[in-house]
Amino acid sequence: MSRRARLILFGGSVTILVALLVWGLTGLPAFGEFQGQYGRILNSTTQSSRHVGNVVAAVVFDYRGFDTLGEELILFASVMGVALLLREVRDEGERPRDEVRSDVVRAVGLAVIGPVVVLGLFVVAHGYLTPGGGFQGGVVVASGLVLLYAAGEYRAYRAASPSSLVDLAEGAGAGAYVAVGIAALLAGGLFLENVVALGTTGTLASGGTIPILNAAAGLEVAAALVLLFQEFLEELFEE
Amino acid sequence: MSFLPYALAAWLFAVGLYGVVTSRHLVHLVVCMTVIQSSTYVLLLGIGYRTGKKAPIFSSAVPPQVGAVDPVVQALTLTDVVVSVTVTALLLALVIEIWKRSGTLDPDELRRKDT
Repeated sequence: MSRRARLILFGGSVTILVALLVWGLTGLPAFGEFQGQYGRILNSTTQSSRHVGNVVAAVVFDYRGFDTLGEELILFASVMGVALLLREVRDEGERPRDEVRSDVVRAVGLAVIGPVVVLGLFVVAHGYLTPGGGFQGGVVVASGLVLLYAAGEYRAYRAASPSSLVDLAEGAGAGAYVAVGIAALLAGGLFLENVVALGTTGTLASGGTIPILNAAAGLEVAAALVLLFQEFLEELFEE
Repeated sequence: MSFLPYALAAWLFAVGLYGVVTSRHLVHLVVCMTVIQSSTYVLLLGIGYRTGKKAPIFSSAVPPQVGAVDPVVQALTLTDVVVSVTVTALLLALVIEIWKRSGTLDPDELRRKDT
């Protein structure tokens, strides 16, 4: 199909699409006046029924925990797909040196790696009490490791995240999520039902299975991103 | 002004779609797809917003009686963002493979090489 024909076809179909979109959007509640009862009920009952303050975390890891399992598996499958496409049998020792020449970048970058990783772990650990959670914290932890490449050198990044360990963490994160679901079955509940003691509201030991699933998601996301960076950076060093 | 968030979502969708249709480079195409996906974040968060309410995170200082914006659409958006990132990575990995095999990333050029 020529470029011109494609644009004409696009013009025609996009007019219909826009018309449908406008029609659909006019049926939505006015901005700021959402009346959905599901969210309202969750907002008012989560603290008393699940002993956690962050309702979004409670939705992700408890009320809609099954949906999150699907999402975790999409994440897992995509990362495995990237590894499958890009990973080749490589000689681990044969990496060119890529030192950062700017002292300022090196000093500041290397100095903040520790704090960034700790911040990430903090965001994961308090995900169900304050804003944050396994997904967000996992990304912060991974970005701390990537700083090791950005401010240091690729060899150091590889040394800090050996493939065998990252692959294991990635699989363990996804596996732990499923294991928690099956454990609930064995305990006599439903799949992914919150069967663990709920603990005291406002402390780390609260929320039943929420902290466990939260930690599993944090582990998986951190490992997934480190693995993605690794695979793409390896491409950089191929000639 | 209450339609603006929805209009923004529709505009992001349309502009991303235009980019996909007119794209001359596969990396550009992948980025355009993430622009389309961003429209879903704006739409979801826009729908769940309630005027004057804050994030659905409660503590002893903020009791649940205060109310908050809808937590369900926020959870959906969180899921959406994570999936978007990893699927983008997968698409970019495919793009790298295409580059290695055919040495071009122009969709039209690729079609010509095929025939």
